[in-house]
Amino acid sequence: MPQTPLHAEHARLGASFTDFGGWDMPVRYSSDLAEHEAVRTNAGVFDISHMAEIFIKGDGAAVFLDYSLVGQASLIENGKAKYSLICNNDGGIIDDLIVYRLEEESFLVIANAGNREAVVSALKERAATLNFAGVQDRSDDFALLAIQGPNATKYLQSITDKDLSTLPYYSIGEGTVDGVNAYLCRTGYTGEDGFEVLFSSDDAVKVFNSLISAGAVPCGLASRDTLRLEAGMPLYGHELNLDVNPYEAGFARVVRLERDDFVGKDALQELSAKTPSRKLVGLVGEGKRAARADYPLFVDSESTVQIGIITSGALSPTLGYPVAMGYLETDLSEIGNTVSVDIRGTRLPMTIVKLPFYKRSK
Amino acid sequence: MSNPTNRQYTKEHEWVLVEGDVATIGITAYAAEKLGDVVFVDLPKVGTSTTYMKICGEIESTKSVGELYAPLDGEVVEINDVVVSAPETVNTDPFGAGWLIKVKFTSLPELMSAEEYAALTGEG
Repeated sequence: MPQTPLHAEHARLGASFTDFGGWDMPVRYSSDLAEHEAVRTNAGVFDISHMAEIFIKGDGAAVFLDYSLVGQASLIENGKAKYSLICNNDGGIIDDLIVYRLEEESFLVIANAGNREAVVSALKERAATLNFAGVQDRSDDFALLAIQGPNATKYLQSITDKDLSTLPYYSIGEGTVDGVNAYLCRTGYTGEDGFEVLFSSDDAVKVFNSLISAGAVPCGLASRDTLRLEAGMPLYGHELNLDVNPYEAGFARVVRLERDDFVGKDALQELSAKTPSRKLVGLVGEGKRAARADYPLFVDSESTVQIGIITSGALSPTLGYPVAMGYLETDLSEIGNTVSVDIRGTRLPMTIVKLPFYKRSK
Repeated sequence: MSNPTNRQYTKEHEWVLVEGDVATIGITAYAAEKLGDVVFVDLPKVGTSTTYMKICGEIESTKSVGELYAPLDGEVVEINDVVVSAPETVNTDPFGAGWLIKVKFTSLPELMSAEEYAALTGEG
């Protein structure tokens, strides 16, 4: 199983490991809840070097991305970022991505580890159609660390020459971190303010340990999952997959239909014209028992006709009650509506709420 | 954490401490660590009968659900209210204050020794 350049460091710090997207990744160092709490109240550092970094460079880069993704990369200002999706011809989601515009004809695309091959091969296929030759998968060259939490700016600022106050939300800049050349991105997957820092994998151990010395708490993927769930952010393989289209997932705003041809346009145009049969919703429960992925949803405690399914769920560490995301038949998905979830044979009520479950105070 | 030698173990990662005709049952430190932070414990009511290797409760962490298998036939005579109100006790003291249930047993199956259990989990 592939490992990030920090695997030995994680082991040294006492991490337990899990298979994530085909990678042997730290699930926790000591306590999921303590790591979750550290990100909400202090700052945590996550090794996310398993994620894919694909550079799109050269004449025609913007036109190529406009054709390849459902969003319009050419509208992103230099130094800014945008959340986007890459879809197939049927409008099914191959992956969700962050697109950073480095220069006029230079972009960085960050994709999920488990979808690296699917994304790279789709991009290369699309590049061939347009005779564009600037797709470079450089995932193996880079380490990627996420520093997240209210103290993220303070800790990162202490080891970088980049003035972080000049880096607003969803932007990217260059600087040195602990003396190492890096891209600094103000993005994240936790619902907190924070950064994602990309640099040569050769320097991973040094930078990781400097961030820890600066005060950041090493955090594993278990806390990353509960943090992103509270923040209402989708996880590919749970909320998103090839059988889900952007309208069901609540990403109508990400699809820019009003433009020339792009992959999936015909299917997406058709899908956009009708109400989706199911919708991604947020659900909250009472007590302590969490509804988890794949648990079925029903209209009420007596009904045996399934109306939906949970895609992610946990007892929210921050809120203290169960939260979940899932797909529900659209006509039953109104905010405030109550449905019934089957938790290993026990039916419990859950109420549909607006996402996110947790929003940081600014 | 090493497994106390004064008790027996199951392949489902429970420990069993026999005193007279009552067995105290918990999950091992190995199981607690694999589960992660325990946030909810669902235990059988006092008076419930237990059947060897049948599920009699659940232990939930933030990430997953572990099932509690009855390590012997008998009847539940006491449950640990401490772990019900403070489930994290299962993590902090799995072999002590984090015990789960006491069962008055009718027969005692052959279970593993601490040494055999350590071999199973690769700690030996």
